[in-house]
Parts: sequence; C-alpha cells; structure tokens
Amino acid sequence: MAEAFVIALLMLDATVRVATPLVLAAFAGMVAERSGVIDIGLEGKMLAAAFAAAAAAATFGSAWIGLLAAIVASGLLALLHAYACVTHKGNQVVSGMAINILVAGLGPTLAIAWFGLAGQTPALEGAGRFAGVALPFAGSLAAIPVFGPLYAEVVSGHNLLVYLTIALIPVVAVLIYRTRFGLRLRAVGENPHAVDTAGISVTAMRYRAMLICGALCGIAGAYLSTAHAAGFVRDMTAGKGYLALAAMIFGKWRPVPTVLACLLFAFADALQIRLQGVALPGIGEIPVQAIQALPYALTVILLAGFVGRAVAPKASGIPYVKDR
Amino acid sequence: MTRLAVPRWVDLLVIPLINLLAALAIAGVVVVILGESPWVALRALVLGAVGSWEQFGFTLYYTTNFIFTGLAVALAFHCGLFNIGGEGQAMMGGLGVGLVCLALGGWPWPIVFLLAIVGAAAFGGAWAFLPGYLQAKRGSHTVITTIMFNFLAAILLNYLLVRVLIAPGQQSPQTARFDPSTFLPYAHEMLAAIGLETGRSPLNISFLLALVCCLLVWLFLRRTRWGYALRSVGANEAAAVYGGISPARSVILAMTLSGALAGLLGINEVMGVQHRLLLGFTAGFGFTGIAVALMGRNHPLGIVFAAALFGALYQGGSELAFEVPTFTSDMVVVIQGLVILFCGALENIFRKPIEGLFQRRVPGTA
Repeated sequence: MAEAFVIALLMLDATVRVATPLVLAAFAGMVAERSGVIDIGLEGKMLAAAFAAAAAAATFGSAWIGLLAAIVASGLLALLHAYACVTHKGNQVVSGMAINILVAGLGPTLAIAWFGLAGQTPALEGAGRFAGVALPFAGSLAAIPVFGPLYAEVVSGHNLLVYLTIALIPVVAVLIYRTRFGLRLRAVGENPHAVDTAGISVTAMRYRAMLICGALCGIAGAYLSTAHAAGFVRDMTAGKGYLALAAMIFGKWRPVPTVLACLLFAFADALQIRLQGVALPGIGEIPVQAIQALPYALTVILLAGFVGRAVAPKASGIPYVKDR
Repeated sequence: MTRLAVPRWVDLLVIPLINLLAALAIAGVVVVILGESPWVALRALVLGAVGSWEQFGFTLYYTTNFIFTGLAVALAFHCGLFNIGGEGQAMMGGLGVGLVCLALGGWPWPIVFLLAIVGAAAFGGAWAFLPGYLQAKRGSHTVITTIMFNFLAAILLNYLLVRVLIAPGQQSPQTARFDPSTFLPYAHEMLAAIGLETGRSPLNISFLLALVCCLLVWLFLRRTRWGYALRSVGANEAAAVYGGISPARSVILAMTLSGALAGLLGINEVMGVQHRLLLGFTAGFGFTGIAVALMGRNHPLGIVFAAALFGALYQGGSELAFEVPTFTSDMVVVIQGLVILFCGALENIFRKPIEGLFQRRVPGTA
C-alpha cells in the first residue's frame, strides 16, 4: 500500500511536469483560434523558444534572460504568422507548417554555428536554469499522513515556471470570459463582420491574439529547455505542439476543460513510462504504444462527435475580407 | 474582376519564381549570419543537384517522392480538402509494400511491383479513408484528424516493427531484408542495359510510376465524371448539391485517392531503395508535399516541375552539407521551410504589385 502511494505520488508529480508546457501551448492555441487564426505552428514556436532560451541562458548565465529571449523569439514567429495570415490572408495551415519546418532546421543549424555543438546548446547549470522551489512548510508538514507527502512531492518542489503556469490558468480564463478584450476576442473568432461593424479592427484583434499566443509558447519553450531539461536538443518538443492542439480541441476551446485534457494526456504519458515492461494481473503487458496512441485516438473520437461535440470557433481558419 | 486581365503565365510562372527568389534570398541571409558566402553555397547547391549524372539521379529520386505526396495534397485540394496526413498515409503505404514484398519473396519483380502498388494504395488509401469518412459524415475537420492520424500511423508502425515484424535476432526495429528478386530495377541498371553508362543513384522505376500517376490524376480530374464531381464540390459545394452531386461521396473518394497516392511513396522508398521496412522512411516528404502542390498550382504538370525543384533543393542541400563544413543537413530543412513560407503562406505579398504591373500592359482592359 505504502509503495503504491509512493508510485502514485511520483506519477502525479510527473503529470504536473509534463502538463505544464502542454497547458501553456494549448492556451496559446486557444487564444489564437478564439480570434479566428488556426495555429498549427505551436510546435515550431515552442521549439524556437526552447532554443532561444537555452542559447541566451548559456550565453548570459541567466534563466530569466533566457525566458525573455524565448518570448521574443516565439513572439516574432507569431507576428510572422499573423503577417502572413491576417495581413496577407495567406493559408494558415501552410504558414504554421512552414514555421514548424523552418525552426526544426534553424535550431540545430544555429546551435552548430554558435556553439559548435551538433544540434544542441551547452548544458545549463546554476542560474541558467529554473531550479525547483520548495514551498513553505514542505518539510514541516511532511509528517502529516497522506497530505504531507502529497504537499511535499506533488505541490511543492517544482520550478517557478510551473507555478507561473498555474497562476496563468485563472488569468487566461478571466481574460477570455470576463474582460472586454475577451469578449471582442471571442466575437472576432465567431463573427468578424459584426466586430468590424462595431468599429473594432479585426486585424488588430487578431494581431493581439497572436502576440499572446507567441508569449505563451515562449514560456512553454523556455520551460522545456531551461527548467525541464538543461539545454536545447534537436527536436526537443517532440510533437508536444500537436498534442497541445489535440488538448485544446479535447477541451473544446475552453480554458478549464483544456487544462483537464492536458492533465489527462500528461498522466497518460506518466502511465506509459511506468507501465513499460510491466505485466498487469489479468491483462498481461499493455504495449506502450497503446497508451501513446490514447491522446490522438481520443481526439479523433471526440472530433467525430461520438463523445460530445467539439465545435471550433466559426471564423477560425478563414481570412477576414472586409468588403463582402 | 480585375484578375482576369492578368496573363495566366504570371500566376503560373512569375509569381512562384519571385517567391522562390525571395525564399532563397532569406536563406542567403541565414548563410551570411552563419559566416559563409552565399554565392559559394548557391554554387554548391546547384552543382550538388545537377552537377553529375549521379547527383541528377539523386535529384530525380527525391523528385519521385515529392510527386507522390504533391499529387496527394493536390487531389484532396481539388475537392476543397486539406490533407496534411500524407506523412502517415505514406507510412501505411510503406507497410503495405513491406507486407507484399515479405510475403512474395522469390517472385519476379514485375508481379511483386504490381501487387505492391495495390498494397501501398490500399493501405495509404485506408488511412485517409477514415478522416475522409469522418469529414463527410461527422464534419470532423481533416486538418486536425489527419494530423492525429499521422501520429497514430507512426505509433502503429513503431508497434509493428518493434513487436511483430522485427527480423529475428535484430536489435533495431526493422524487418528482414526483402528477397533480392523483389528489388525494383535502378535507373542506372536499366540505362546500362541499353548501353548508357550513368552514375549509381537510388533512382528507380518508381519515377516512371510517378509520372504515370500524374497523367492518371489529370485524366481522372479532367476527363471522368467522378473527377468532375470532385472538382465541383471543391469549387462550390452548394452548386454541386444543386447539380445532383453528393459531396459526402466526393469527399470520401478524394481523401481515399489522396491517401493512395501518398502511400505510393512506399514503393520508391521501401521497395526501391531501403529493401526493408524501417522507421522514419517518410522523412517529412509528406509535409513537403503541401508546398509542392501549392507551387505546382495543384496541376499535375506543375507538380512535376515543383517536385523537381524540391528534389533539387533536397539533393543540392545534402551536398551543401558536405561542401561547407559549418552546414549540416539541417540547412536543407531551413531552405525548405523558407520556400514553403514564401511560396505558400506569404505568396500574396508580391501578388498585388506584380499583377498590377502586368494588368496595365494587357491591351483592352480598363
């Protein structure tokens, strides 16, 4: 029993760590799509941010400068996406794809040119990383049964970016549902003509949404290379941007369900690592691939409308043309 | 409609060319940032692509892949669908090819070739049929479902190669080598048979299959009732329904055929070159197919030229990595990304000014 409890704690701890970049990226995608811009390029923006954070942190020895560089890099790519898709009404899927491919090549190329390391940045240490933070009383409360270890293992001991992400969840939720900006954001994704008629610039709204999207992806990327790992390695996002997209759809473009979807996917990831080569009583060994496939299969099933219905913002993916 | 006054060749040639130049210019800037000479790089790129028979063979070998995936994207696009699942469909196609080749070891290659084509098309088509069906019947957007199916295909292939199809006593997840009787003839072998000596390259008979597919796709789209229905749905769904065409059927047909075309990539890679089924043989060709289709303006002939261009970039870029020590093959990916960005997403930047330029020169238009 005690062993099972420890395993459960470790898995929850892993879930939180894996879910953090997913939540950030899924929120980024959510803000973009709520404004009517589909962003397949979450993956590329995160990867660029991860590289920028690691490169800046390695150069200046500060994780904070790394975070800033990550947000700038990701923000610039978000602006590029907006310039292509909003200003020039280019194809949003193609633009996102182009950004993903471009960054996948550019990261390792620059790493070789600047650091002379094949496809990665130097290993970060000390102030170059966001280290774990022990929350108050983590030590003294540890003696309390159940709650103590839960607090010490799962709640406490994460790095600052994890807590920043947790703090951002209500902020983004309030921003979307309880502010004037949020109302306009949702409106511009559903019916841009109405927003335009009300005298609000559709273009400006979508640019702002993309800037928020870029900033969130920036934090996610910085988390990957300066908090979760200690440096940038080739293709370190490994499909997390697409997984975030799936989580956003699974959460039906709403903040709280999206967070829950991210936690579910992250838990599946933790479970998959834990179940490797373990034979379960009565079932036998579950292939890891079955669990890996879970998030994608679930998303397809949801999209097919067999479990609930996922309806995207009406105007997402459609460039706004004023004179019609 | 002012656009009518712009000559067609401007849209088909001038605009893609200028977009391409813009992409190469930015790639040149990246090269300068890396501290190398862009002219040396460009020279290495061009010579690497077409400098010798051998290199030209490599270029055409990559072209073959791009024709398959480009056609796949274009066919779906004619029906108003975005199939970005070429990668997963190609993986499944490769699986079909692999199963056929493993089962028919010892048979003469022409028979295996035909059956492998059926296998590749069936597996690739099936993998696209599902997203097509879900789009037609349940309204699930193909962009998202095909992305998910890419991951599902990768996971499935991984499972099969690690657990089921792996050659006994082998460490890496790949099947046993196929029987040499099933190997497709290489171009240099075929040319040697008629007395032409060319360098060795992976170019094989799949290239001809790709060209045949271009013709078949053109015939299908322009000369058959189904192709007409498919294009009508893509052009104006409401009008198609009014004309008695079922959009659901066209959507499912378009996706299935699109997947079948992407699946044929497996013929070139698995049966033609690798001679075994392994992980990662699709290497992003499925995604680049989007750019190929866009540059080729979704026309089979245009796709041949666009595929050749991307084939040259791919091969030239690989040579570039040998020539210039600071570059790796990642530089190819950078150039590809830039080309997709400028020729696909940003293609409207230069459209207005260029079209304006040519509009005035067309007599008889206001």
